[in-house]
Amino acid sequence: MPVQVQGEVLSMRRVGAYNAMTIVAPGIAELTKPGHFVALQVGGPESSMLLRRAFAIYDVKERGVYGGTVEFVFSIHGKGTAWLAARRPQDKLDVVGPLGKPFRLPKGRVNATLVGGGYGSAPLLPLAKALQDRGCRVDFVLGAASVDRLFGQLDAKRMSSSIAVTTDDGSLGEQGRVSDVLPQVLDRTGAEVVYACGPMAMLRAVSELAAARGIPAQVAVEESMACGIGVCMTCVLPVVGDDGISRMVRSCVEGPVFLGDRVRWDDVGTVPDDILGAPMSTGGGH
Amino acid sequence: MSELTVRRSEVRGLPDVDLTTQLGGVTFPNPVFTASGCAAAGQELQQFFDVTALGGVVTKSIMLAPRSGRPTPRMAETPSGMLNSIGLQGPGIDAFLDHDLAWLAERGARAVVSIAGGTVDEYAKLANRLRGRPGLTMLEVNISCPNVEDRGQVFACDPVAAAAVVQAVRRNTDSRIPVFAKLSPDVTDIAEIARSCVDAGADGLSVINTLLGMAIDTTTMRPVLGGVTGGLSGPAIRPVAVRCVWQVHQALPDVPILGMGGIRTGLDALEFILAGASAVSVGTTVFGDPTAPVRVLHELAHALAQRGFDRLEDAVGLAHRPPEIYIPEDPDPVGDDEPLPAREPVSFEKER
Repeated sequence: MPVQVQGEVLSMRRVGAYNAMTIVAPGIAELTKPGHFVALQVGGPESSMLLRRAFAIYDVKERGVYGGTVEFVFSIHGKGTAWLAARRPQDKLDVVGPLGKPFRLPKGRVNATLVGGGYGSAPLLPLAKALQDRGCRVDFVLGAASVDRLFGQLDAKRMSSSIAVTTDDGSLGEQGRVSDVLPQVLDRTGAEVVYACGPMAMLRAVSELAAARGIPAQVAVEESMACGIGVCMTCVLPVVGDDGISRMVRSCVEGPVFLGDRVRWDDVGTVPDDILGAPMSTGGGH
Repeated sequence: MSELTVRRSEVRGLPDVDLTTQLGGVTFPNPVFTASGCAAAGQELQQFFDVTALGGVVTKSIMLAPRSGRPTPRMAETPSGMLNSIGLQGPGIDAFLDHDLAWLAERGARAVVSIAGGTVDEYAKLANRLRGRPGLTMLEVNISCPNVEDRGQVFACDPVAAAAVVQAVRRNTDSRIPVFAKLSPDVTDIAEIARSCVDAGADGLSVINTLLGMAIDTTTMRPVLGGVTGGLSGPAIRPVAVRCVWQVHQALPDVPILGMGGIRTGLDALEFILAGASAVSVGTTVFGDPTAPVRVLHELAHALAQRGFDRLEDAVGLAHRPPEIYIPEDPDPVGDDEPLPAREPVSFEKER
């Protein structure tokens, strides 16, 4: 169950092209599992920016010196994240979390491949820890446009049996996309489960490669959200349910982690004709 | 958990002001409601505060059949507001009755069910399906929908079509359940539509729905929203909403109004009440602050107490009172004061 708390910035650091912020947020750290996210108010109490910004949780400490802390990674996309990047220690932030459905852990010891695009690796690092605690083998594939847009590759290396890195410009690792090296990694490591977080195109490629090998993939999607708590119906995407019926589901409460073979990747951004409640008989109403 | 307990206790400890409000024959314990489309059917917000603490929970507009809504992107943040083009995604009335209304009834929340349709008959059928359902306290008729039988002309923009919907709903609803029509601000004369709805049997009016708006992405050079146009809400529209409440209350002073449009604080809520609303809905603000409705309730109660009100109802429409004419007591009724001493005229420096 999420809580809304008045948090306080503990620290901010630059990591390549990204910012990593740690907030003292009592009550959130204790409940967080890998894949959960937090939603933050931006701009202060009189802000003209009304909507929360959602970030996957990277690291939590249940009992720091100052109480439970939550760390997340972000890049500056617009005014809201620019405001956030300008926060300093002791600044107050309204935080809601933990939100969403986290990654599901396998019951047994299995070989897991974790695929991260850009700072999508952030929630995969605590996941790797949780998997290793269960005796799973963990292999990483991390990719980004360039070396400064990779996140956590050193930690990932330390925490895994192997790591493959790709960059679009070849500034680190192999030049190319994660999907170029993923097939070899899956086959070489005997992967039995794949976890991924990153851009939609990457998640789609990972889902398809996993599906071709009959391996379940759990992917954490990034859809734009307004509330993060399930009331605004903004962050929907077409997903096939257990009953075989496709629905527009909220990535904030039914996700952000979905089974890769349940997301209708071709139809993301559209309302497919066979989805529950489509086609619309009328065009209007908001 | 402790945080939740703290927030819930805030609802108690309200100042000693009678916050009860009458909306079409039903007495609500306080005047702060959620807004349609901004609170789903209450369950998500229950994680943050007890929804029974509110005057009522206004549910997201429900239609007869399940509805997938519009493609993404469905939202664009705008200065002090947002555009949405959700397209009334919803589970349809059957699933709503079984899951959502049943849940609200079980909790003892006062459900204000918002209904939407594409034809007059659909609205009538919805009202019929809701008839006699436990938990149903009031109906809000979302008439900002295109009339498929009239080339997609929005009901709320045509006094005749709006009246037809209201009449159909009123006829299919128990008399003890108030029927409120939710008005669109995108009309030339909102008072005319209001009067037409009331003449057709509306017990009250919800004022206002979103304003039609649009945003264009200057990078892609295309509309931001998948649905091209969307409804503008949030504090950006508050002055428009206050004006509409003012005009409707002026035209129909005896008709209760549920006011909404960008309410963020208790003082914002008070503005609506002074303009003529008997209750208010907190909508878009919930997206940024899930506990906003109880906070607004608290702040409103304090604002009323600070201004010396014993009862909320005394503040409703108070901004319409005639200007106070200041009649000073005659300072010298019998003319026996000492005359003021003569003074030197004041002289000023020359202009430089």
